[in-house]
Amino acid sequence: MIEFHLNSRSGLPPYQQLVQQVRHALRLGLLKEGDRLPTVKDVAKQMAVNPNTVLKAYRELEHDGLVAARPGVGTFVTRTLADATLAAHGPLRKDLQRWLTKARLAGLDDESIEALFMSTFRDAAGEDVA
Amino acid sequence: MFWLTWRQFRTQAAVMFAAVAAFAATLAATGPQLADLYRTAGSSLVDQVSSPDQTLYYTGLLIVLAVPAVIGMFWGAPLISRELETGTHYLAWNQGVTRTRWLATKLGLGAAASMTAAGLTSLAVSWWSSPIDRAVNGGGATDTYFPRLDPVAFAARGVVPVAHAAFAFVLGVALGLVIRRTLPAMATTFALYAAVQISAPLWIRPHLAAPDRTTVPIEPGGAPISIQEGARQIVAHPEVPGAWETSQQTLNAAGQPASVPASFADCLHTEAGPPTLQQFEGCLADLGALGYQQQVTYQPAGNFWALQWAETGIYLGLALALTGFCAWWIRRRVT
Amino acid sequence: MSAVLRARGLGKRYKQRWALQSCDLDVPAGRVVGLVGPNGAGKSTLLNLASGMLTPTAGTIEVCGGRPAAGVEQLAKVGFVAQDTPVYSALSVADHLDLGKRLNPNWDDAVARDRIRRLGLDPKQRAGKLSGGQRAQLALTLGIAKRPELLILDEPVAALDPLARREFMQDLMEAVAEHELSVVLSSHLVSDVERTCDYVIVLVDSHVQVAGDIDDLVACHHRLTGPRRDPDTLPAGQHVLTASHTDRQTTLLVRTDTAVHDPTWTVGPLGLEDIVLAYMTRPADAVRDTRPALEVLRCSG
Repeated sequence: MIEFHLNSRSGLPPYQQLVQQVRHALRLGLLKEGDRLPTVKDVAKQMAVNPNTVLKAYRELEHDGLVAARPGVGTFVTRTLADATLAAHGPLRKDLQRWLTKARLAGLDDESIEALFMSTFRDAAGEDVA
Repeated sequence: MFWLTWRQFRTQAAVMFAAVAAFAATLAATGPQLADLYRTAGSSLVDQVSSPDQTLYYTGLLIVLAVPAVIGMFWGAPLISRELETGTHYLAWNQGVTRTRWLATKLGLGAAASMTAAGLTSLAVSWWSSPIDRAVNGGGATDTYFPRLDPVAFAARGVVPVAHAAFAFVLGVALGLVIRRTLPAMATTFALYAAVQISAPLWIRPHLAAPDRTTVPIEPGGAPISIQEGARQIVAHPEVPGAWETSQQTLNAAGQPASVPASFADCLHTEAGPPTLQQFEGCLADLGALGYQQQVTYQPAGNFWALQWAETGIYLGLALALTGFCAWWIRRRVT
Repeated sequence: MSAVLRARGLGKRYKQRWALQSCDLDVPAGRVVGLVGPNGAGKSTLLNLASGMLTPTAGTIEVCGGRPAAGVEQLAKVGFVAQDTPVYSALSVADHLDLGKRLNPNWDDAVARDRIRRLGLDPKQRAGKLSGGQRAQLALTLGIAKRPELLILDEPVAALDPLARREFMQDLMEAVAEHELSVVLSSHLVSDVERTCDYVIVLVDSHVQVAGDIDDLVACHHRLTGPRRDPDTLPAGQHVLTASHTDRQTTLLVRTDTAVHDPTWTVGPLGLEDIVLAYMTRPADAVRDTRPALEVLRCSG
């Protein structure tokens, strides 16, 4: 079973943090198909978090097809994220390493690289939304 | 709601009723002897009361006079002000009970306990003192003991203490509700109650039953006469057993109300010290010879119960009016 | 969904001073509402009006469809835990439960006894001897076991240490999950509100500044940074909450219901705390102008 935590400095709304933690656990194989997520009441009590927030997170996961709620029984994992994405990690990581070497050669220090990455990432995300 | 009220009130009630019971027991132990004494001695009882019983007589008066004041200060004033002070009214008023019912229960239980405590005390003291009261009404000397109608004894006999207690209690509650702080509410309750108790015999009680009037001649050897305000006023004391003199008026030869003539003061004038008895009697005789008489208005002993019930009605009416005020205030004005 | 709390032009005046003015609110049922604002902004006044401890000077307020504290039935629908969580110091913990049982028609004795047992409170203990945290928990127990539709809590954790605060909030959230309560709580700890609430009302200087779903509010408030520029030149749909300038740069906190496309701006996200602080630090004339608060209700991210 997964145990949630909230980071008040992450900048993400609480429900998104919960979603992210489930996805992360799925990716790392900590949660497998058929595993039961803790009940809304238990999460609310353990984390002192609004039950509606937990419900909202579970609904989003359900919408993404990662979990399914069985009324009166609980919420269960229906799919895992591990295989598909891990396989793709290798080549992408290599591309990124190549890009980082290029950036260093161009004279960028760590901070500049991070700023460039974040602003490009945000722009790309913004375009997706728009 | 009754449970909560009782739970909060029971300690205070226990203390008060234990004290009343202890005092009543003391009275019960000595009362029968006093009654026996009256049977044998009649009105001359007043000269034969033992010194401990004399102390008990005054203690009884004081206690019956004090009980309503104590109730107003220690039961009435804190009843709501303490809740407002500690914020527990927030707790109480958010249970499934309306404030009006909350107030009604508190007032009802408190007033019932107040009236019972005062009633029992008054009953015990009135019973114990009845041989002395009867002796005084029968013509016994009044230099040591009060007639029942005298303002001091009147408020410590019969049914009025019950109404006084109800009034003092609701007065305390109302002041606590308005002032919202316990100690100032207690002090104000005492001051206001004392003011009302002093005003009643001065301005209200004399008019509650039809008084009697008597006109006595001004002469040496007649009704005892004293002078006030440098001989500008005369006070006569006709021998009416158990009566309460409420006003005095000097009449001239024509039977009209008049002031005491200046000649009387001149007659009594001395170079130093008070006038001698012979001089005083001479001056009285001169005044009598001019046709002056003294009219005395008084409540006769027979009016005792009429006055008791009338005053009881007035105080209960005041208590009811204050209850209405409390109910209005708690709905409109609190917090 | 029906409104659990509805206010129209609500106001309360103490002698000369208005503690709350022209307040319009529609709080949906089933939410946990955080009421935030600086001290003296009128938070307690609003909650006391909602619980019926106060009567309005102006306007109307409706709670669970009725006038607050109008009668026994209405009283049963609303639980109120007042500031400093007052309890009868001379009565024991068990006496308090007894009080709740005798005075409330829907009292859930099993819930009450179970909570007291789990809290480890001695039923014979006099309430005056409890710690602040225990007293708050006792008051919360009374509020929950009453089984109201709406539970109102006025700064319930203000006086508690961090551990007691966490325990209190855990129990409150558990009760919300279990009993489908609506909750309105005031707090000056935005972090607590962010965690426990899904709806927020910001009250500043006796005026409601903004009220709405927290996720919606977060979605439609942004931080814009870019070259120095006059905020008045922004498009009509973008309301500036705060603006700060250096000689070259301008930073704006804006509310907008559409995306910001202007490429000269770097658009950054705002957390709830940033948003709340922005409303609290607005200039006084903006604070008293309550129109923008209503527009935000429509902002849906």
